Amino acid sequence: MLTIDAKGIYYRDLNQKVREAVSKGEKEILLKNVNGQYYIATGLRNEATITIEGVPGNDLAAFMDGPTLIVKDNAQDNIGNTMNSGKVIIHGNAGDVLGYGMRGGKLHIRGNVGYRVGIHMKGYKKQIPVIIAGGKAGDFFGEYMAGGMLILLGLDSSDKRPLVGDYLGTGMHGGTIFIRGGVDKKFCGAEVSVHELTDDDRTLLEGYLTEYCNDFKLNLLDVIKVEFKKIIPTSLRPYGNLYAY
Amino acid sequence: MFKSLSLPEFLAKIDPVKCIKCKRCINNCGWSVYSWGGDKVLIDTFKCVNCLRCYHYCPEEAITILDNPVKYRKNANWGYYNIRNLKKQADTGGIPLTGMGSDMPYPVLFDSLLIDACQVTNPSIDPLREPMELRTYLGKKPAKLEFEKAKGGKSKLKTKMPPQIKLEMPFIFAPMSYGSISLNAQKTLAIAAKELGIVMNTGEGGLHEDIYPYRSNIIVQVASGRFGVNPDYLNAGVAVEIKIGQGAKPGIGGHLPGEKIPLDIAKTRMIPVGTDAISPAPQHDIYSIEDLRQLIYAIKEATNYTKPVSVKIAAVHNVAAIASGIVRAGADIVYIDGFRGGTGAAPSVIRDHLGIPIEHALAAVDERLRQEGIRNEASIIAAGGIRSSADAAKAIALGADAVALGTSALITMGCTVCGKCYTGNCSWGITTQRPELTVRLDPEVYAERLINLIHAWSHELKEILGALGVNAIESLRGSRERLRGVGLDSHTLDILGVKPAGR
Repeated sequence: MLTIDAKGIYYRDLNQKVREAVSKGEKEILLKNVNGQYYIATGLRNEATITIEGVPGNDLAAFMDGPTLIVKDNAQDNIGNTMNSGKVIIHGNAGDVLGYGMRGGKLHIRGNVGYRVGIHMKGYKKQIPVIIAGGKAGDFFGEYMAGGMLILLGLDSSDKRPLVGDYLGTGMHGGTIFIRGGVDKKFCGAEVSVHELTDDDRTLLEGYLTEYCNDFKLNLLDVIKVEFKKIIPTSLRPYGNLYAY
Repeated sequence: MFKSLSLPEFLAKIDPVKCIKCKRCINNCGWSVYSWGGDKVLIDTFKCVNCLRCYHYCPEEAITILDNPVKYRKNANWGYYNIRNLKKQADTGGIPLTGMGSDMPYPVLFDSLLIDACQVTNPSIDPLREPMELRTYLGKKPAKLEFEKAKGGKSKLKTKMPPQIKLEMPFIFAPMSYGSISLNAQKTLAIAAKELGIVMNTGEGGLHEDIYPYRSNIIVQVASGRFGVNPDYLNAGVAVEIKIGQGAKPGIGGHLPGEKIPLDIAKTRMIPVGTDAISPAPQHDIYSIEDLRQLIYAIKEATNYTKPVSVKIAAVHNVAAIASGIVRAGADIVYIDGFRGGTGAAPSVIRDHLGIPIEHALAAVDERLRQEGIRNEASIIAAGGIRSSADAAKAIALGADAVALGTSALITMGCTVCGKCYTGNCSWGITTQRPELTVRLDPEVYAERLINLIHAWSHELKEILGALGVNAIESLRGSRERLRGVGLDSHTLDILGVKPAGR
């Protein structure tokens, strides 16, 4: 285990240290006193587990391909931007535009998430990116989604705001969104419809949630005792009729 | 009932005396204009786009394609395209799509600029017998160079040079994605770029494994759809480009129609087969210059600061201030695409009415960066309507480091600028994914033609430089004193920084 004290270190130098350590084969890294440094694990490859104490800055795990990041605190915007594989576990809340264009891997957030989460996620055959947020989400959740899976849990019942903002799944043309407790159609974009889960959906969902609950020491049964709803696009070509050829 | 209230634009005709009924026209037409009627070829002329594939492949020269002599009544106000688009909209209620650059008769300023030449008082240079340098480098240049003494008393460069793209001549191939054009068309560009010592640009469609071997001649693009972007991809070329906008469709996103998304494209882009590939209008992580800086440096982090980062924008009204912001955000290259630039698919209302020409934009950006003392911080690529080496020379004199060629390159592959790229039916195998059409474009054969074009333009550039009495393309860059305007008003001359002819 390598420990790096990030206190007062410029992001470029900090990330250089992390890259060097991982390229030398370091498998366990602890970053202490992180305070808003950008780009931690951006473009990082190989198998390594990096635990982050403090709040990491924007573009955490952007283009990341393989490593596991554990953030003990909150995190900021653009986490998992175009991430290819690996996993990010955030014990607090996270910001806007998480998992933009995400191609694979997992983003597990215990708390709330901001706007435009899961925008334009991709997916191809077995390469399915997954974002699970334990709290509530802002507007444009799953906008332009082309693949992958977005799961919103709303576990904190003391938070009285709506579970998800407006324009849920607007422009969506692939992938699946699961919402615990369901969602009123008025929150949805024009391109999606709300469905009951099939048995296959339940099996799939429980698989993902088992891992999520393990990460945060939650009881799976508490999570799945509330019925989920599935949101999928009504058409592969939501804008197919918009144009004259 | 009528077949359509639109007029066919062209009349395809077959001379029945010359026709030997070989059916090659039927096989060659990607638009299904021709079909076999049992004893003769039938023609559905409504479908003809005048791409001339049938004409070139008819062994008997039996085919002619004419402008339809049946016209709407002549009207100086209501032109053919106004009426045609209106009828199309009445038919469908949709937005008429179009391909290639705008064909509207806006003035082309390149055609009102003339280049200087030496007479008597300074000697011209004979480029055939004297060295002439077309090589240039794209990337951030240091504000000053420092040297130190090495062992043995020799001087050595102390300044660490930022990463550069080496170009043997000041041309690059414009971004055209795998999806908008065929894999064979991309291979053609890659083969030619490698042979010529220049670069092609992947556009926003990811990188097919067949293109990876050309990594020293590739710029990879990251745009709002993030198609095909992974760490391998970011490191696959000599530079990474962030696409903000495109001259043909400033301010709107990309939309690759589902007709052009078969399995292979779906795999590269990681989206469902047959869906429309949507690139959102903005990149939703970029709402400001500060956000752009964040993505520029995310890419620099992901490539360990080994590659220049280019930012491509459409030429719009406030382009000079925007370009200044882009340079200050850390871009190494600013790519400016004028409004006449090409596209695989754009609404015609956007293509024909938004943005500004490259000549104005380029002059304004170069001037602004010089005024602010940051011109060395980034190279400028000019694009959007470069039709000849003369256009290239004028663009370089207006301040470009290099020019990008899209349509010009496609024309060497058989393109006739018919403007129907968005249909996916290109009979020449360029802007289609239909396997029976793409197989027609043999990359080796057509790369040869593209290499010929660039060699010819390079010779022409050398002739121009020789006439100007300079021996390096970098001596022409930003040298507006060597341009004169003909018939341009004083405002335009002022923006271009060019004197009127005779002064």
